[in-house]
Amino acid sequence: MSERLLEIRGLVKHFAVEGTREMVHAVDGVDLGVMKGETLGLVGESGCGKTTVGRLVLRLLDPTAGELLLDGHDLVRLPRKELRRLRFRMQIVFQDPFSSLNPRMTVQTLLTRPMEIHLTLSAVARQARLEELLEKVGLRGEHRSRYPHEFSGGQRQRIAIARALSVNPDFIVLDEPTSALDVSVQAQILNLLKQLQRDHGLTYLFISHNLSVVRHMSDRIAVMYLGQLVEVASRDALFTAPLHPYTRALISAIPALTPRGRRERIRLTGDVPSAIRVPSGCRFHTRCPFASDRCRSEAPTLRQVAVGGEAHQVSCHLVP
Amino acid sequence: MGALLEVRNLRTHFFSRAGVVRAVDDVSFSLGRGEILGLVGESGCGKSVSSLSIMRLVDRPGRIVAGEILFEERDLLQLAKEEMRRLRGSRLAMIFQEPTSSMNPVFTTGSQIAEAILVHERVSRKAARERVLRLMQLVGIPDPERRFRQFPHQFSGGMLQRMMVAMALACNPSVLIADEPVTALDVTIQAQILDLIKELRDRTGASILLITHDMGVVAETCDRVAVMYLGKIVETAALEPLFEAPRHPYTVGLFASIPRLEETVEWLQPIPGTVPSPLDLPAGCRFRNRCPHALPICAEAEPPTLEVAPGHRVACFLYEAGGRA
Amino acid sequence: MKLLRRLPRIVWAFARDYKLGAVGGALVLLFLAVALLAPQLAPYDPDTISLRESLAGPSPRHLLGQDNQGRDLLSRIIFGARMSLYISMSAIGMGALFGVVLGMLAAYYRRLDMPIMRLMDVVLAFPGIIVALTTIAILGRSVNNVVIAIGIYHIPQFARLVHGLTLSIKETIFVEGAVASGESDCSILTRYILPNCLAPIIVQTSLLIPGAIMTAATLSFLGLGVPPPTAEWGSMLQNSLQWAQMAPHVMIMPGLALMLAVFGFNVLGDELRDAMDPRLKKR
Repeated sequence: MSERLLEIRGLVKHFAVEGTREMVHAVDGVDLGVMKGETLGLVGESGCGKTTVGRLVLRLLDPTAGELLLDGHDLVRLPRKELRRLRFRMQIVFQDPFSSLNPRMTVQTLLTRPMEIHLTLSAVARQARLEELLEKVGLRGEHRSRYPHEFSGGQRQRIAIARALSVNPDFIVLDEPTSALDVSVQAQILNLLKQLQRDHGLTYLFISHNLSVVRHMSDRIAVMYLGQLVEVASRDALFTAPLHPYTRALISAIPALTPRGRRERIRLTGDVPSAIRVPSGCRFHTRCPFASDRCRSEAPTLRQVAVGGEAHQVSCHLVP
Repeated sequence: MGALLEVRNLRTHFFSRAGVVRAVDDVSFSLGRGEILGLVGESGCGKSVSSLSIMRLVDRPGRIVAGEILFEERDLLQLAKEEMRRLRGSRLAMIFQEPTSSMNPVFTTGSQIAEAILVHERVSRKAARERVLRLMQLVGIPDPERRFRQFPHQFSGGMLQRMMVAMALACNPSVLIADEPVTALDVTIQAQILDLIKELRDRTGASILLITHDMGVVAETCDRVAVMYLGKIVETAALEPLFEAPRHPYTVGLFASIPRLEETVEWLQPIPGTVPSPLDLPAGCRFRNRCPHALPICAEAEPPTLEVAPGHRVACFLYEAGGRA
Repeated sequence: MKLLRRLPRIVWAFARDYKLGAVGGALVLLFLAVALLAPQLAPYDPDTISLRESLAGPSPRHLLGQDNQGRDLLSRIIFGARMSLYISMSAIGMGALFGVVLGMLAAYYRRLDMPIMRLMDVVLAFPGIIVALTTIAILGRSVNNVVIAIGIYHIPQFARLVHGLTLSIKETIFVEGAVASGESDCSILTRYILPNCLAPIIVQTSLLIPGAIMTAATLSFLGLGVPPPTAEWGSMLQNSLQWAQMAPHVMIMPGLALMLAVFGFNVLGDELRDAMDPRLKKR
């Protein structure tokens, strides 16, 4: 059914550490495809690089190496002016509703600015579209003249979503869109996102550290650790038969909501290693309960494994 | 009764230009010996303010206006400031959400924990240091001698939180208040710290008041739970009864709105509406505007707290005269 | 635009919560009004000499008295207000205009950072009065040259302030969002960064104006400011020194005016800073 809307090949991003010649290996060789109309979940803990991937995909950061193709357009090599004109196709909703909206702009300005930049609509048409958008995200017309600080966190996220939607994008990066919200508000926002995806045929890259939320929202899930992908699979495959030890540890660390159903926990020892001095071989070997000598010296690659016919990729020596 | 810490009818209000925020409004709960009590609620429900009230750390424009907090037979709210200071950090300890801002960045972590001991007990520096090293081992810090001399920025979030736990335990508290101790941590580290907390309870017999918004954390650690909404406790129960058969519509709503690993649903069931502003509370039951079962009486009076099963209390009119939701 | 409609309510809220600031604000408004309406308010022409009445004290016809040349002090103070406020506000305005632009550009474009800010450092290295004196020496004595002289010194002050602010605002998520929306650099600077700098700029402005008034007065006092016979508080003060014993009112009156104006601006600026700081988020 789907074509690839977004193609990520060999994406690398290294940040220089000030004052030294060391580099932070934030993203180190990521290959990923996002199909039109799907929600691809990107999970990992802090420092794994998922947020950086989100920024790179929108070219809010420049990659150190790699290719980014949006519907065939090479985003990396595109000159700035052309890139700006393409931006309406890919939008982003950020994590922190309290700092993602310009405090000096009214809701009206916030939502109509992108329209002014990308769409050729008359002022009247823009206002009409503004009303539509507000209604779609569950806000009211009278909210248009208010400033962000007059709204709650959940309402601000709705405004951010409306803004992303204002230019009819194909693709939206959702960077931890509900992590800063209360649980009851989160549910409202997640439902809203799903509804909008249905109505507008949107493609989502859903970045989060919360596996339960990612599972609820995603069709396919990619797991990252220290800048690399360790496992990519469909949602059901990932949760019923996770292959990579990190994925399994991650899943088992999620607190269960049924007290009697406490799962057997795979305990990880120690902390995440520094992204500056990355471990040799498999990056996960320092915390992996199954690490072998091969794991310490040789880095595994992400490859396809046939698990019940589903496309499932893992990067681990222990998986045949 | 055996309760180590008993909060009775606590009211803590904040007096601002815009009006009075009744952050904690007639809250009562008790913490038994060696028990882990979870205080759960969303932002603005008053759980943090409750814990700060117990420690008497509430600052202007907030003030504890009524209630009693009984700890070891004494009412903490009646104690002189000096007496309270002696208790704070020794018998009653607290750890906060952000480990990185709880420690002074210009002193070594070890010296800060040692200071926590020296402030309360007359021991030599050397003895204090020995104790700190033992505590560090207890909380699972590898290579304690080296780590003692390191500064907060040289620790990861998880490690630093372990140090905070060590500091809290330094003087053998009987009650430990943990305010969102794992919210700022990654989920694998979170699991480690929660295990640590449980282990320490088993080893030292300390009672723990665990404050969180995360039901999962509660499920993993607590013996009993109290659910708060807008300054009031709406439901109190032991862990299993609360999770298997929640009674208060808010608790039910909370569970329904969380995505669960154990099931796959198309749509979540959010609680309709939003939390009302604390300055503009609805009359009667504070939850009634969002409650699917609201009765006419809910608008007229505040619901009484009823015992629906042994140890299981709910503040809801639905359960009056044996009714059910 | 919309902001203007909300202005009355903002002013009222400020006056209600910051009483001292309201006093300062009232003084500032008073002096501004006086300055604007000088020709209508002044009972006499400030330059009319009347040697027979030299150094006369306050009288029903001359409410504040007369100076050594018989000129009406009240009128000279009123026109002096006009002059002082014109000079100080234009100078600060000029400093703000250039300083804000330079500071923003330096912070936004890495390549411009070093050259611009080092240049600002050079200017800042000299005491303000030296810069002003040098400028007058080069350009000559005139009212507008005084404006330029004082203005130049204030450019780096605004540049520094805005530079720091821009650096931090540039990193905020909403600016990142603006880039993601496809906003051009120019748009980002004017719609996103500048409006969020306004509060500190306004506070800075009101705190610098009294200094500028004093500098203008000092220049005149040193004989390098506004050329005579134009009424200006500083030159009036300088002139009054020789008569201080005989006719103290000639010194006291302009001195008081100067003091009140400086006080008003200072207090207003201080209170504005408090009002705008964290409360900006709650407005």
